Parts: sequence; structure tokens; C-alpha cells
Amino acid sequence: MSLLSLFRRPTGGTATAARERLQILLAHERASLSGADFLPQLQRELLDVIRKYVQVDDERVQVKLDSDQNFSVLEVNIELPAASEHRSAR
Amino acid sequence: MAKIIVVTSGKGGVGKTTTSAAIATGLALRGFKTVVIDFDVGLRNVDLIMGCERRVVFDFINVINGDANLHQALIKDKRVEQLFILATSQTRDKDALTQDGVGRVFAELGPQFDYIVCDSPAGIERGAHLAMYFADEAVVVANAEVSSVRDADRMIGLLTSKSLHAEQGQPMPQHLLLTRYDAERVERGEMLKVEDVQDILAVPLLGVIPECPSVLQASNVGMPVILDEKSPAGRAYREAVGRLLGEETEISIPRAGKRGFIDRLLRRTA
Repeated sequence: MSLLSLFRRPTGGTATAARERLQILLAHERASLSGADFLPQLQRELLDVIRKYVQVDDERVQVKLDSDQNFSVLEVNIELPAASEHRSAR
Repeated sequence: MAKIIVVTSGKGGVGKTTTSAAIATGLALRGFKTVVIDFDVGLRNVDLIMGCERRVVFDFINVINGDANLHQALIKDKRVEQLFILATSQTRDKDALTQDGVGRVFAELGPQFDYIVCDSPAGIERGAHLAMYFADEAVVVANAEVSSVRDADRMIGLLTSKSLHAEQGQPMPQHLLLTRYDAERVERGEMLKVEDVQDILAVPLLGVIPECPSVLQASNVGMPVILDEKSPAGRAYREAVGRLLGEETEISIPRAGKRGFIDRLLRRTA
């Protein structure tokens, strides 16, 4: 601890990084451990269907399963290319 | 029949035994006949934290194997009425625990007690599995630190899939207890906030136990910290026990105290 830090207001620490890393990691681990092993397959098939109509990258599709004690939410997030990109892709 | 509460965490060193001792003592202080059982076969420590290490003659494993009866193995606490300790073996290993044996001991303890508190070993091996298997409720202990939160998440998953309640399709109430919480470090952005851990784990919060020198001092002398009237950790445990009993009190989250220049210079903590 430097002498200066005694006077300075603390700035952003590493806790935010911890939170973000955990959120990403646990989303993956829960999906793979909770028996929802159909997710990767679902993601591939969804992508194939969408590609029939729109050109999307693999990275632009996210499939996530969140489970609460009472219900589960399947979240599918597909980022479509911008309109201009879209047209040029055709 | 006694209600069985497991205290678990996955990761070691987060405060399971301290918590088991505190919760069992707290329940007994409220007038409930309670026994705390050490499931960490080969590395027993509940006896030491409860201050009865010199009174262990027979243990949990002796009872499972039929070498002693429960009456001989239960150690009555000298400070708190209605509180008993069932130590485990220091010489045997975890294979000495069997599901059938543990089930038999619980069946015998059930009618005699109001609460059975199971102190789980770290890890997810047999001792940890059997500590949680028969539980009616779980207290998941975690620190605001990445590896502890990850392991706690894994335990929550196991509680909801591998317990008797889960197998029978019954709900398994779980509570999150955040221990060794350092408000100063949280304020500096160095430690995950209560809300962060709660959001990530999505289990109702039972309490937040501040990082506190009194915990070590209590363990030095073999006294559950909940008996320390002046300790902030002791107070937080007393509140947590109330909530475990269904009291809807507001959870006091430790805040960083206003420290003077000299304190900061000497890096003193509250």
C-alpha cells in the first residue's frame, strides 16, 4: 500500500471481473451438468434453420437454459446482421 | 421427528465447522434439543470447535458399526442445555460411513431430537454425499470469492439432484450463508458484494457473517462463536438461526466502518 493510497478514494477493483467470470462460467457448467446436454445440438439445428433465411455467424447465436426451483427458461439470442450486411449477403 | 440440516460448501476452509457449531448451539439456545454430527471421518474437528475434544470416547463410526450405542457416543455440551455432539472417528477413513448405517443412526436420533445438524466435509465424496443425503434443509456456506462460489453452485446442483428429498420429488429448501465477509474490501471493489453472490447462486440468503477476529479467538478456546455476546460474527449467527426458524428479520449486511487516518495507516480492520 503506497502512502498515496491512504488519501485517494478507491477506484474500480477486481470484484467486477470476479462477478463476470463467474456468471459466464456457471452458465456453462450448469447447462452441462444439469442434464441439458441437448443444448449444443439444439444450437446447431436452430442455426441451420435460421441460415435458410438469414446469413448468421455461429458466434451470433446463444442458447442458454436458466433453471429456477419452479421453472426453466430457455433463452435463444440471435443477433441478425445489419440490414446493409444482410442485403449484400444475398 | 428431528429436522435434519446439512451445512455444506464444497470448498474447504470457508467456515462449515464454525457454522455447524454456531447453528447447532443457536438452535439449542432457543430451546430445541439439537445434536451436531461430524461427517468428516479421519479429520474430525467439530469436537475441537465445540471444546469437547477430551471427552470423546465413542464416536459416530462406533455407533454405525455397533461397537457402542448412541447413549454412549453422544456428548452433552457443558454450557448449553439441550445440546449434544456426535464426534466422528479420527482413525478410520470415509469408507466407514455407509448409507444404511447413517440412515439407521438418524432413525434412532430422530424421535429424541428436534434438530440434527450435519457438518459436511469438503469435497463431493462419500462423507459429503452422506451428510446431505438425508437432509431436510441445507445451509450452503460460501465466501465472496470465485472458487468458493463455483463450488457452492456445484453443491446446490447436487442438493437438488442427489438427496433423498430430490429422489422423492420433494423440495429441498436451501439457504445461502455468506461467511468471512470483509466489508472494507467490498467497498474497495476487491471482493464480490453480497448481492453479486446472491444473484449468481440464486438461493435465499440466510445471513452474512463478517470476517471477524472473534471467530479465531472462539475456536482457540473451543467455544462456538455464537456464544460470544460481543462478537459481530456471533450476532450475525444468532440472527441467521432466527431466520432458519422462520423469523423474517432484515439481514444486516456488514458495512465498512468509518476509519480514521491512523487506522488506515496501520491497516487496522474494524
